[in-house]
Amino acid sequence: MDRKDAIVKYALQMGDHALVTGQRLSEWCGHGPVLEQDIAITNIALDHVGQTRSWYQFAAELEGKGRTEDDLAYMRTEPEYRNVLLLEQPNTDWAHTIVRQFLYDVFNYYLHENLAHSPEEGIAAIARKSLKEITYHLRYSSEWMIRLGDGTELSRQKMQTALDNLWMFSGELTQMTPLEEFLATLGIAPDLAAIKPLYDEKVDEIIGEATLKKPGTTFMQSGGKLGRHTEYMGFILAEMQSLQRQLPGLKW
Amino acid sequence: MKKEWPLWEVFIRSKNGLSHKHAGSLHAADAEMAIENARDVYTRRNEGVSLWVVESRHITASNPAESESLFDPAMDKVYRHPTFYELPDEVTHI
Repeated sequence: MDRKDAIVKYALQMGDHALVTGQRLSEWCGHGPVLEQDIAITNIALDHVGQTRSWYQFAAELEGKGRTEDDLAYMRTEPEYRNVLLLEQPNTDWAHTIVRQFLYDVFNYYLHENLAHSPEEGIAAIARKSLKEITYHLRYSSEWMIRLGDGTELSRQKMQTALDNLWMFSGELTQMTPLEEFLATLGIAPDLAAIKPLYDEKVDEIIGEATLKKPGTTFMQSGGKLGRHTEYMGFILAEMQSLQRQLPGLKW
Repeated sequence: MKKEWPLWEVFIRSKNGLSHKHAGSLHAADAEMAIENARDVYTRRNEGVSLWVVESRHITASNPAESESLFDPAMDKVYRHPTFYELPDEVTHI
């Protein structure tokens, strides 16, 4: 694997995380539990789509094969997408959405904090810009974890169910792939083993404050970062890509 | 109605040096969430540099029925306006 090729692949993976999150969260548009949260969650969806564009533009330019950000979003197949499994899990309800975002936001925060100091200036610039948004995302999902976890009996129960259901997807975030190991040896991206203790500490802190019970040791699902997805991924791409697949190159 | 979150009034300072202005209202479970909601609902287009929220029930309003006695007496007292002074060009926001 050469350096440039690895950076392109990594930028695509970062863009894939952001795009799948943005797509999932945008499903709440017009369906939020209250007006204020409808606006809030779609604001966050747009943050993620904006970050996607930065990563895809960077990847497309560095790759130099004439692909555009739209080609990368709309014309790649499921195994070419390298987002973690957690992010493709369905919204289900507000509790599942908040827990999914929280488990991701904690990781995303520490990842970007590190990437902001990457010697690869293209990566560092995107990370620095995104970090402000991600800091707010983490604040937002943490506040909701606490309020609903330490809320009514019903909200606590819903949050615990969501946490139990999604926990098995949290391990993949800090699991290294060969690509990430290669970039870590070059110092371009972080060793995720160094992020894991920070991740665990923050997750424990908020779960504790939310008076929820941390799920016990369980088998952790993985494969998303290698292109092996859950059954939900195909449906996300079908909805997102259908227009460009039917009418390639169509512009709004 | 008891299940509804309380109503909050939102005030935004659009830039440093100006005072906070009423922007609107929203529902939120508590003060911190009211700030977050205000950020998302009212400052998405770069409207502000500072936010205040106050629960609507803490605002005491004047009675519209009393507006004649409260406000009409000021109508014919033009000398209370600073229009008789020459203002230097540098003075703004008056």
